[in-house]
Amino acid sequence: MTPFKTHILVCTCEACSAAGSVAVAEELERQLKEKSLDTRIAVVRTGSLGLCDRGPVVVVYPEGTAYVQVKVSDVAEIINEHVIGGRIVEHLLHKTHEDERATTSLDDMMFFKHQKRIALRNCGIIDPENIDEYIGADGYTALTRILTEQTLPQEIINCVKESGLRGRGGAGFSTGLKWQFAADAESEDGIKYVCCNADEGDPGAFMDRSVLEGDPHTILEAMAIAGYAIGAHQGYIYIRAEYPVAVKRLQIAIEQAREYGLLGKNILNTGFDFDLELRLGAGAFVCGEETALLVSIEGKRGEPRNRPPFPAVKGLYQRPTLLNNVETYANITWILNHGAEAFASVGTERSKGTKVFALGGKIVNTGLVEIPMGTTLRTIIEDIGGGVPNGKQFKAAQTGGPSGGCIPASLIDTPIDYDNLVEIGSMMGSGGLIVMDEDNCMVDIAKFFLDFVVDESCGKCTPCRIGTKRLYDLLDKITRGEGEMEDLDTIEELCYHLKDSALCALGQSAPNPVLSTLKHFRAEYEAHIIEKRCPAGICKNLVNFWIVEDKCKGCGLCAKNCPVDAISGTLREPYSIDTSVCIKCGLCESNCRFDAVVRA
Amino acid sequence: MPNRKQILPYHGTKEQEQELLQFIAAHRETPGAAMPVLQKVQEIFGYLPEEALIVVATELDIPLSELYGVASFYAQFSLVPKGEHRISLCLGTACYVKGSADILAKLEETLQIKSGEVTPDGKFSIDACRCIGACGLAPVMMIDDDVYGQLTPDQIPAILAKY
Repeated sequence: MTPFKTHILVCTCEACSAAGSVAVAEELERQLKEKSLDTRIAVVRTGSLGLCDRGPVVVVYPEGTAYVQVKVSDVAEIINEHVIGGRIVEHLLHKTHEDERATTSLDDMMFFKHQKRIALRNCGIIDPENIDEYIGADGYTALTRILTEQTLPQEIINCVKESGLRGRGGAGFSTGLKWQFAADAESEDGIKYVCCNADEGDPGAFMDRSVLEGDPHTILEAMAIAGYAIGAHQGYIYIRAEYPVAVKRLQIAIEQAREYGLLGKNILNTGFDFDLELRLGAGAFVCGEETALLVSIEGKRGEPRNRPPFPAVKGLYQRPTLLNNVETYANITWILNHGAEAFASVGTERSKGTKVFALGGKIVNTGLVEIPMGTTLRTIIEDIGGGVPNGKQFKAAQTGGPSGGCIPASLIDTPIDYDNLVEIGSMMGSGGLIVMDEDNCMVDIAKFFLDFVVDESCGKCTPCRIGTKRLYDLLDKITRGEGEMEDLDTIEELCYHLKDSALCALGQSAPNPVLSTLKHFRAEYEAHIIEKRCPAGICKNLVNFWIVEDKCKGCGLCAKNCPVDAISGTLREPYSIDTSVCIKCGLCESNCRFDAVVRA
Repeated sequence: MPNRKQILPYHGTKEQEQELLQFIAAHRETPGAAMPVLQKVQEIFGYLPEEALIVVATELDIPLSELYGVASFYAQFSLVPKGEHRISLCLGTACYVKGSADILAKLEETLQIKSGEVTPDGKFSIDACRCIGACGLAPVMMIDDDVYGQLTPDQIPAILAKY
């Protein structure tokens, strides 16, 4: 077999697929075949590179040239110009920053310069549906070495401990300690379990999906190693049903690993048994909580229970269970292959390694980024993310989803790690990072998260079931313009009660979005209450639309589009809005070609 | 399950019931089989008909009340039929800050139904969902398995017209 001269990588993650990348890959294959180039040039369908808003993304190796927003009609040009002619197709190159010159190589892009890829090392590089590509990228070497050299389980656990890896799913508990507890726990019948939390439910987070879609085998390998380390022979991956591509790729990966003897009975003839099964979630956010997740695997209502006993002692089917999230497992084989020290040399004193963030919201480059712990928010937003679009002002960044908080612009130079985020009233969470600009109302955002939690509260404990609803009602009252200053005290008091008394992390952390916005944006709450004004112009009851006379050309488009006939005037004269009739739908604003309709 | 029968006649076929029984037979011994079986029921019938739940409860030897508890706990399970084309509009954070609320309003206005409802002809149903993980394309909606990203309200009528 002659090696391929050129590899054309086509991202087929969910975002790129939605933009049509599968058709691009098929067209590439068809045209290469037509030109009889298909024996020398390979088309590889990969997972996400992280440039999620520029899909479909195509990378041509060995040069490493990235083309973005590639259409089926661009395929011929890429083949004729680049592959055959050796000339770069300039107009398909990607600029991640306004002032950046188009770069021809991925490594030179600003977007990647500040990143360090450990968990995402294979994403966008290998074909996730082909086990050989994973093996070619040092895959299964850690498992093979451990099993054939019969490494002592305690040595593996020590290595994970020394690396300083902390759980990437939210709270940041030491992964090594968790492994130790599960290894030390006695099981009456000797049965233990290894589970993976892939129930990535935080709105605005898609790190785990990208790992599962881009590099599923690294999770299987890490879970098999964890099984060896704690003495388990069965594992479960609990994954959201909303991720059909990830589910399919995991299924393929498990089958391939079984075929190669890397999962199942007597792995690599070493006598070690370990097998995996998938369990699909059914749309319950609370199942991301560990005790709820485990009872959901048992086929019951996913309600959390009191801890202790922790799952490491009594988990799935009452047996000792190790449960880590996807990104945590994605670091394991890298640590075992490169050593604990190499991992611990990245990051800050108490937060080692890297963290993957899903960058979204009002930012130029939305996508997936992996940065060393301790990187500042400014680097992420300005250097990697390219800043806030449309000349708007950066207002806040939200991390940690419904359990996290909003970080104001004044704290943009905070180095991101577990402890700093908690200190400023947010949390790492699983890694969603949503950027907000001046047009976002912070009271409305707090209400948005409360609405989410009210919806997702399982109802088992009273503080969460009723407390979150009451909090929501108070916030709603403020956004309707009926709030009073005493409400702010009530809100704060309720928040602390909820933190102290809710059964699980969902309820305990539900007040975070409220408390952090109240702390950093109190003036905005007060404007709603005292001045009956929404500074961002979002809360409909507090917004009025009017027409700026100097700008209005009298075209009448606004009046034509107004559903309640609140706008009147004569052609070529300035129009006016009757605010007593106006329902504040904003149609006049979006239809005006002269920016003459304003809200405040 | 009050009065459901009067509103929704059950349209299950013999083939569908057979498919379900085969799936149950293959998974009877699997621990925690209830969830995968319910997911299969939803896949076969498009929702969880009471008649099918009774079959599952009997076959898996789980009290119907307990099964109903599971079925009503998870957002993905529906006890009423959905539209022929299921619209899921993402109201996750990234989509929300980029204006998905306006998209929902436009959908509701165009189809004359609210989120969670089905059009009278049974063609469309709208559900708000929490993040489908395509935040790079916000605001996003899915119609059946097709993903539509970077939406603006004025694109909605043309997209719906495709179905």
